[in-house]
Amino acid sequence: MSERKLFAHELEARLDELLLLSLRQRSAEEPAALLEALPRQMQERVLHWAGVAAQTSDDLGWLIASLAAVQAASLGESLDDWVRAGLDAYDRSGLAATRKVLNEFAAARQGSARRSLDSVSFVAIEGRLSRFLHALDGRPLRLVSGKTAWTDTETLWLPERLDVATDAAGNRRLFKAMAALLWAQTRFGTFNVDPEVELALWPDRGRGLAWFALFEAMRLEACIAIELPGLALDIAALRGPWPAELEAAAESLARSDATVADSLNCMAALRKVGAGDTPKFPHVGVLDPVAARRVRAARVVREMAIVRRALNVLRGTGLHGPDADKSDYPPLAAEGETQVVDPQSELLSLPPPAREAAKSLMQDFGDIPPEVLHPAGPGAWQPVEGIDTSNAASCTVQPDAFYDEWDYRRATWRHDWCHLYEMEAPSGDHEWVDEVKLRHAHLIRSIRRRFEALRGEDKPQKRQFDGEEIDLDAQVDARADRKSGAEPSSRLFIHRRRVERSLAVMFMVDMSGSTKGWVNDAERESLVLLCEAIEALGDSYAIYGFSGWTRTHCDIYRIKRFGDRYDAETRQRIAGIEAKDYTRMGVAVRHLSGLLVRQNTRHKLLVTLSDGRPDDYGDEYRGRYGIEDTRRALLEAREKGIRSYCVTIDRHGADYLPQLYGPAHYSVIDDARKLPQKIAEIYRKLTG
Amino acid sequence: MNTTKPAGRTDVRALTGSLVRLVSEPYYHATGDELAVFEAAARSCLPVMLKGPTGCGKTRFVEHMAWRLKRPLVTVACHDDLTTADLVGRYLIVGDETVWMDGPLAAAVRAGAICYLDEIVEARKDTTVVIHPLTDSRRALPVEKRGEYIDAPPDFMLVISYNPGYQSVLKEMKPSTRQRFVALDFDYPEADIEASIVAHEGGVDAATAKKLVKLGSLTRKLKGAGLDEGAGTRLLVHAAQLIAAGMDAGTACTAAIARPLADETDTRAALDDLIAAVF
Ligand SMILES: Nc1ncnc2c1ncn2[C@@H]1O[C@H](COP(=O)(O)OP(=O)(O)OP(=O)(O)O)[C@@H](O)[C@H]1O
Ligand SMILES: [Mg+2]
Repeated sequence: MSERKLFAHELEARLDELLLLSLRQRSAEEPAALLEALPRQMQERVLHWAGVAAQTSDDLGWLIASLAAVQAASLGESLDDWVRAGLDAYDRSGLAATRKVLNEFAAARQGSARRSLDSVSFVAIEGRLSRFLHALDGRPLRLVSGKTAWTDTETLWLPERLDVATDAAGNRRLFKAMAALLWAQTRFGTFNVDPEVELALWPDRGRGLAWFALFEAMRLEACIAIELPGLALDIAALRGPWPAELEAAAESLARSDATVADSLNCMAALRKVGAGDTPKFPHVGVLDPVAARRVRAARVVREMAIVRRALNVLRGTGLHGPDADKSDYPPLAAEGETQVVDPQSELLSLPPPAREAAKSLMQDFGDIPPEVLHPAGPGAWQPVEGIDTSNAASCTVQPDAFYDEWDYRRATWRHDWCHLYEMEAPSGDHEWVDEVKLRHAHLIRSIRRRFEALRGEDKPQKRQFDGEEIDLDAQVDARADRKSGAEPSSRLFIHRRRVERSLAVMFMVDMSGSTKGWVNDAERESLVLLCEAIEALGDSYAIYGFSGWTRTHCDIYRIKRFGDRYDAETRQRIAGIEAKDYTRMGVAVRHLSGLLVRQNTRHKLLVTLSDGRPDDYGDEYRGRYGIEDTRRALLEAREKGIRSYCVTIDRHGADYLPQLYGPAHYSVIDDARKLPQKIAEIYRKLTG
Repeated sequence: MNTTKPAGRTDVRALTGSLVRLVSEPYYHATGDELAVFEAAARSCLPVMLKGPTGCGKTRFVEHMAWRLKRPLVTVACHDDLTTADLVGRYLIVGDETVWMDGPLAAAVRAGAICYLDEIVEARKDTTVVIHPLTDSRRALPVEKRGEYIDAPPDFMLVISYNPGYQSVLKEMKPSTRQRFVALDFDYPEADIEASIVAHEGGVDAATAKKLVKLGSLTRKLKGAGLDEGAGTRLLVHAAQLIAAGMDAGTACTAAIARPLADETDTRAALDDLIAAVF
């Protein structure tokens, strides 16, 4: 298409032809004159759409052409959407409606173009907000975007974009206030009482919920003010004063002993005098008590079981005190046995996962429910044995190796318990890696640069036998030694040889079913970035995937052996990593640390990329058993001189990690999408 | 509560070389049984290892113990260029004479002092081994250049510090070194204790100190999720000192806490949000 703009007379002729204007005694002179100013491409778009519309009706074609002439310049890119909205309106409600829709669309577009500079998107503020929330007390919360602001007590939904305040800073503050209020709902017990009794009395449930949300906002703001007064002030400034008729309620809900029941009482009082529409405040989201209480109920069951189980173990063994979680537990408490112990001190001596669960229960009830503290009967944990739905029969190949597994309940090994199969990982799409490299080209370049610096970070090595420079300090020492009659050292030079890193790294990649989707993509992308980075460093490294299905099917997938080059085939195997079955981790650690220990390097590092705790089909490996076995395996590795590190994407707080890896040897990535960006940095810190 | 000496500093009198004697009590707030354990170790001539995150009072504790036990103190900050000679000593040429100059470790051994090797993992591997004979039943320091063995008097005590938060595998402490020490775990003090430390050291009122401690505890939850390490007591004290000097709390916390902790934009912004939330 030629770049030359069409002149008005040319445009007039084309429109005439398209819309048969002369027949209808209309003139395209005016629109043509307006269209003359547009770039050629835009002119063609308008002509195209006028033609399309004319096929439905000449009048519609004319409407589109004449309005487009006026508005095309300001519509720009969104011209196509504008026309489509018009065509759609025509089909549904005819010509008059079309004109209205087209005008409104254009007006809205102009408005948002003006405002969009000040609007703030969820994506832009997500990282900052999620860290902010992470630091606040209480159980970990996931942050995602949605239509409205609300929470189910484990996930916070925030709008995709805010454009309410007059500037970007204001919109960011609003995001923060919304998130803080939702956090406060989970922290200060909004869902600890069932509001249905009250809500049922409201003829309009929606209105009732809106008032509930508002009264809670009043109460929670005061809760926030106690520990985070700055945040509360921010919120207060943002919302402005409460309406005069609600001031009394706001004041009573701000009392330090107010609870969600008081908010419900305020609702009841208001209902009796007749409630009008709720005044709107931008930071107050919506409440969905049904969804929230469902999530809460599931959590409570889960956590009560955890705490009971741990208490049972504790009581059965008489192991109190901080060492309790370090030892391997002897057999469980006899059923039905209850002892009177100080619950508080007892809770403190629980192992970390159970302590977290107990804290979370306190958050849900304000206190630990008594039935948890006096567990008996069905609460006692019965380990399921022999659930092993061993389908070994279906498997004709001999396992490549057998491994012992640690059973902490018996405090002993189960010999040759796990059947391990090692196999080549299937190849994936070879274009995928290229695509990742292209997409992350910038990141890869900067990682490489930083890694090369690390490698070249050969601080001059002083006091060497040989070298490029004279070591003055050493010379002075030697001279002094000679004078005093002592034998001078002959290490008199500075050498700039590259520091030998002597490091072998094994990457152990979780290929369990739960990694399907984002996590799997993130793992694969991270491996590409890691390979690019480590190639720059020259460390020796291998990559293996692991998954499986019960103890008789523990699979290890070779992606890159230590000797293998990072070549097209390796890259294809990385691309081919996919989500498979379960996470029986101990055996994978044992097998891979066996491979790693054969490396002839001074330092050996086992890095696990995973999305959660050890787990396998059936109850056996779930929970404590899997964690204990994995911990054993990691300890064994450690005894062989292998350091372990875990990078995990575990949205359930990963409370078991300190137990497995020790406090300093893991990172939790809150969002799989960030893994590729983070991973190289983690590796650099780990080996720098 | 405030003393007249400059906040956060201890009174020392320099003895010869790197030896100092603490002349007034360095303020130290005990958080557990560390005083008793240290004293017992000192009585039994056992070396001590202090583990814990940065800025949680390890150095201050050693100063306090030196004062308590009335022993001189030598502190060496270890770095990766630290050689054996830097610790043990070397010949210097003065005029046309050669003079032997004890290094800090040798000086400490001779004087029956407490020698504190700070961040021992930073030192070169071949340097760390010189402390081995000092830390077992031999209790002696070999000075190779002079063909001398300095026997350590009972008052000599070796203390090392070590931050397990270090994540580089290349800097792990060898078991043969670790297992020579009585270990004391340091952690951030409990909120009330930490608040009184911050108030005392930073010269701020109790309410401000409490807020600073709250902020500190919030940042510590970000460990592993944006931060390598949360704010130690030291950073809180720094912020308090800036506030005591008249700076407004938000600016002081940004400068003394948020900026030193994080480089990444999101994390910095989140820290700013936390500061704004607490004050
Ligand atoms: N228990 C405590 N009693 C008194 N002051 C303390 C205590 N803990 C921390 N501080 C204060 O924190 C500051 C930092 O402590 P210190 O220098 O001892 O840290 P550190 O553990 O040696 O850190 P690093 O590992 O970085 O050397 C001290 O100057 C002091 O003001
Ligand atoms: Mg120190």
